[in-house]
Amino acid sequence: MTSRVAARPLAAPAPSPAGAIPLADIAPWAVFAAIVALILLYFVSTEQGAFALFKGMYVHELVHDGRHLLGFPCH
Amino acid sequence: MTGLLLWRGMLAGLAGAFVAATFALIVAEPYVDAAIAFEARHAAHAGGVELVSRATQKTLGLYTAMMLYGTALGGLLAIVVAACHGRVGAIPPRALAVLLAALACVVLVLAPALKYPPTPPAVGLHETVRLRTGAFLGMLAGSLLAALAGAWAAQRLGAVLTRLDRWLAGGLVYLAAVALVAALLPHVDEVPADFPASLLWQYRVAAIAGQMIFWLVTAELFGRLAQPLLAPRVSR
Repeated sequence: MTSRVAARPLAAPAPSPAGAIPLADIAPWAVFAAIVALILLYFVSTEQGAFALFKGMYVHELVHDGRHLLGFPCH
Repeated sequence: MTGLLLWRGMLAGLAGAFVAATFALIVAEPYVDAAIAFEARHAAHAGGVELVSRATQKTLGLYTAMMLYGTALGGLLAIVVAACHGRVGAIPPRALAVLLAALACVVLVLAPALKYPPTPPAVGLHETVRLRTGAFLGMLAGSLLAALAGAWAAQRLGAVLTRLDRWLAGGLVYLAAVALVAALLPHVDEVPADFPASLLWQYRVAAIAGQMIFWLVTAELFGRLAQPLLAPRVSR
């Protein structure tokens, strides 16, 4: 490569410490992972318990034991 | 890089949850069955059609719930490791993953369980499930925020304290904040008077142990998977 060592994009607010992954790199993954995780955790922990998006009790009954053992209030 | 770590985190979470679900199946399920037998004797559940059989609940259902939970949290662990790597001291990636999992055991498992311990079937009133869910999630969020406050305090004190003192100061801030959150949240006491105390205790120990097994196995696997990706970037 060329001799340009520290070629940072102009918009970068602050340099990352050596070896660290730039936070701007992590942000979209973090937001997406958090949203997907919240949806999954909602179905494992709360659906057809305190709240119900779907009618019936099938989700509740299927994840029943996991919900109890993971410490969430079940019924 | 973050994407590769996320893959590995989800995979590690899936495997960690498989181990935890197997532990739960062997160790905790007998207590769940005993609690359901107690419930049946007291006819607390208005008998209806069984949507999902007990055999499915304690195998397919248990593994499904645990592995969804594990994949989600394994992915989040990977993101947190990605963000902390190179920013929190000079901790190697594997040690960082295990350290974060140990913190998760305290912040996400133990502290919420001390305020709202896991309850087996037959413990807890149907009418209050909304209040209890809200309170439990509030405790979880409060514990997480308290941990962030502790981490922030530890970092701010970095200039004036030694490493051990910094950890102790951060821990103290966490304990004070989480105790305040616990004191503010409502008290729940819905254990039936004749529910066997030893069964309740054994169930709770098994439930908490299962979650800790999940975190430690996940972190250990993730650390091993992430090490080759992150290690060359560590400047030691």
